[in-house]
Amino acid sequence: MSNRFELRGVVAPTLMLLVMAGCGGGDGGGASSGGGGGAAMENPVNAATAGNIAGSIMFEGDAPSMDVIDMSSETVCADKHASPQMIQEVVVNSNGALANVFVYVKEGLESLQFPTPAAALLDQNGCVYLPHVLGVMVGQDITIRNSDGLLHNINASPTINRGFNSSQPVSMETTRSFRAAEVMVPLRCDVHGWMTAYIGVLDHPFHSVSNGSGAFSLSTLPPGEYVIEAWHERYGTQTQNVTVTTGETAEVNFTFSASMAQNAVVPLGAPVELHAIAEAS
Amino acid sequence: MMAVMTRWWAVAVWFAAASAALASGSLSAQDGDALGQVTYERWCAGCHGLDGTGDGPGAGYMLPRPRDFTQALYQIRTTASGDLPTDDDILAIIDRGMPGTTMPGWEALLSNDEREALVQYLKTFSRFFSADEIPQPLEFSRATRSNADVLAEGERLFREVADCAACHGDGGRGDGESSPALVDDGDFPIPAADLTENWLFNGGGEAEDIYRRLLTGLDGTPMPSLADVITAGVITDEQLWAIAHYVRSLSPDNPPGITEVVRGVLFEDAPLPSSVDDEAWDEIEGAYLPLAGQIIVMPRWFHPRVDGVWVQAAHDGETVAVRVSWSDPNNSPDPEWADWKSQVIALMQPKEGDPPDEGPTPDQLVVQFPMQMPEGMERPFFLRGDNRRPVYIWQWQSDRDGALEGEARGIGTEAFLSGGQDLTVDASHADGQWQVMFTRPLVTEDENDLDFVIGEAIPMALFAWDGDNGESGTRGAVSSWYFLFLEEATPATVFVAPALAMILTAALGFLVVGRAQKRERQSGKIKSETPNS
Ligand code: HEC
Ligand code: HEC
Repeated sequence: MSNRFELRGVVAPTLMLLVMAGCGGGDGGGASSGGGGGAAMENPVNAATAGNIAGSIMFEGDAPSMDVIDMSSETVCADKHASPQMIQEVVVNSNGALANVFVYVKEGLESLQFPTPAAALLDQNGCVYLPHVLGVMVGQDITIRNSDGLLHNINASPTINRGFNSSQPVSMETTRSFRAAEVMVPLRCDVHGWMTAYIGVLDHPFHSVSNGSGAFSLSTLPPGEYVIEAWHERYGTQTQNVTVTTGETAEVNFTFSASMAQNAVVPLGAPVELHAIAEAS
Repeated sequence: MMAVMTRWWAVAVWFAAASAALASGSLSAQDGDALGQVTYERWCAGCHGLDGTGDGPGAGYMLPRPRDFTQALYQIRTTASGDLPTDDDILAIIDRGMPGTTMPGWEALLSNDEREALVQYLKTFSRFFSADEIPQPLEFSRATRSNADVLAEGERLFREVADCAACHGDGGRGDGESSPALVDDGDFPIPAADLTENWLFNGGGEAEDIYRRLLTGLDGTPMPSLADVITAGVITDEQLWAIAHYVRSLSPDNPPGITEVVRGVLFEDAPLPSSVDDEAWDEIEGAYLPLAGQIIVMPRWFHPRVDGVWVQAAHDGETVAVRVSWSDPNNSPDPEWADWKSQVIALMQPKEGDPPDEGPTPDQLVVQFPMQMPEGMERPFFLRGDNRRPVYIWQWQSDRDGALEGEARGIGTEAFLSGGQDLTVDASHADGQWQVMFTRPLVTEDENDLDFVIGEAIPMALFAWDGDNGESGTRGAVSSWYFLFLEEATPATVFVAPALAMILTAALGFLVVGRAQKRERQSGKIKSETPNS
């Protein structure tokens, strides 16, 4: 090894190489950048015989009021919003429709393998994640963009996959992917405590996130019996069985209510229980 | 070493707890796995739990909590963020321990075989490790040279480009805008490291260590990796070295040694420093005195914010001036830190004693001396003295102007001196640091306080509280006895005698602590030894 290292030249490419080699390690799969999908794979679904699922998510009862985010410390972000931003945990519109519910096929597709779609985008814009809930496939690139030009860090703390914590001090992009299916991978920005996002990682592309009017859709599914799960960060999960038939759109609706709050996943892990210590003597 | 000292209280408690709570397995084991398990259950499970989930019997007394090994999140690695550590990484951290936390180093205590077996055993707690995939260390470039330009560039990058200041603060003391809300992956509050105390860095304090941490990040904590920042071409590897050199420069060249004596410099011709930020202070060498949580008297405190204080002193033959400086991210009480405070109290409040103050709690500092210069080597009990040997204290707190002189004959018996207050104080909080300057005439009219004698070793102890870290009353940081030595006009042979006395009393200092603990063991409560007056 020569002692005159061209630092710039060496480290970055080495990093790239290592990451591309998928040094994630572990059977559970790691987050890695680059890679993309497997070699061109055919979509196994025959569009001619396929059917769809669609529906909407409602919220029963009075929606909890969300705190206004205090962005006064980041004027660049505050200025991007016409009105004050609310914490995105529970977003219910005036008709009682619940947004940001991740709806996906939980069972029924086991025998099929799907090609990996092109990169999905997760933007940090105005000090919020856009979208707040994102679905991707295992191995699908996720382009994480900083559109704010100020420091964000992307701190992913999955349970099944390996996490990562990457700094983005300026407008830039980082690409990551997850190796194993996991619903959901929580993301947070430690610099801006209110910024959280969730990524649902599946081994197929049939996922959807309820929009501002509560609507979701899963299209071009092979006919068959499915278990559909709806996940919400505070109200937990619900499942329903659905039959998809050729050319039809099966309707599935879910209703969440405030009393379901205890079902919620604790995204960052529950605190260790306090133990009484044996008194010295 | 200093780093070990600051948390040794907690470790001592753990040992007591662990040996009581865990029957150690028998060492009949032949193969490595069994050796790993036996060693683990004997030495590590008290903190990390038998099943590696980080909830051993001692865990509730520690922040950061002992690591839960099931998620295989290791902070100190040579691998990329999110990657598993190499075996060498795990071995290195077991050997060295994690300064600034209760995680001890084991190199001297356990054999090579035992420590290597531990590495393999820890890996069995997590399904992430597998035989087929060997984690690959990053290739780190060689250190660049540091000089004034490099440091200036490092500072610029730290503040303006990488924005380390968002968490660590402009001065690096952990007082950035985001710091009150930081939590680790277990959702426990975690301070942004104080970058002016590199001897407490978890992974080592030299520029090489810092550079590695910046590339790998500290997984499981908010401290991010900058690898992507380099890959994206935002900064170069060389610039990362500049940041590392700059961070290194925020701490003293050498970790502060164990000083017993704070030297009070004689100002013969120049006037004494007149304010807390008087430039004259810059010329006076400071002594670093480590502090530790108060765990002798109930209710105890295992999570002190203040690890140590820097003390400077000067006198002009008539007046003594003492300046105490320490890192504290905020001026308590501060509503921004209210959540932090309640979380820390909830997590660190073992079921003992009165509930801590619900109301706003200020930052506080107490400087303690004996009420009378001790005749021989015996000094008052370091926790506020007792009936036989009372103490004389200077008490300052952030929500009150001025400072008070007081006396105490045991903890909880503090009373203010009625005979007139001769103490003046000047305090400032900036960039995550408190600086408090006390001045007092060496000799006062008051019969009831200490007269400061030039040329003698005056016992001195310090106590500090960070109100927004949940500290008040007996929940705070304490030191054992140190000495204030006011220089004489002619440093002559006279000096030998006090120096000798100091060495002897230093040895006694350790006895004081040892004795105090013994007393507690015997009586269950220290109170019986220090009756209220
Ligand atoms: C007195 C309590 C205590 C004991 C005993 C203890 N640990 Fe720890 N250990 C900790 C704490 C606390 C942490 C977490 C520190 C942090 O998160 O900054 C830790 C962290 C670790 C880590 C994580 C290192 C990293 O890079 O993140 C390893 C590995 C570890 N301990 C191994 C051991 C082994 C092996 C033993 C027994 C030989 C042991 N510990 C005994 C308290 C303890
Ligand atoms: C999002 C908040 C955040 C940002 C941004 C951040 N840090 Fe940190 N940093 C932390 C926290 C929290 C810790 C403490 C981790 C622990 O105690 O285990 C830490 C620890 C450290 C340490 C101590 C490492 C050790 O071995 O214990 C160093 C050095 C450091 N940071 C330097 C930097 C530098 C330089 C930057 C900018 C390039 C930076 N940090 C940016 C939060 C941050």
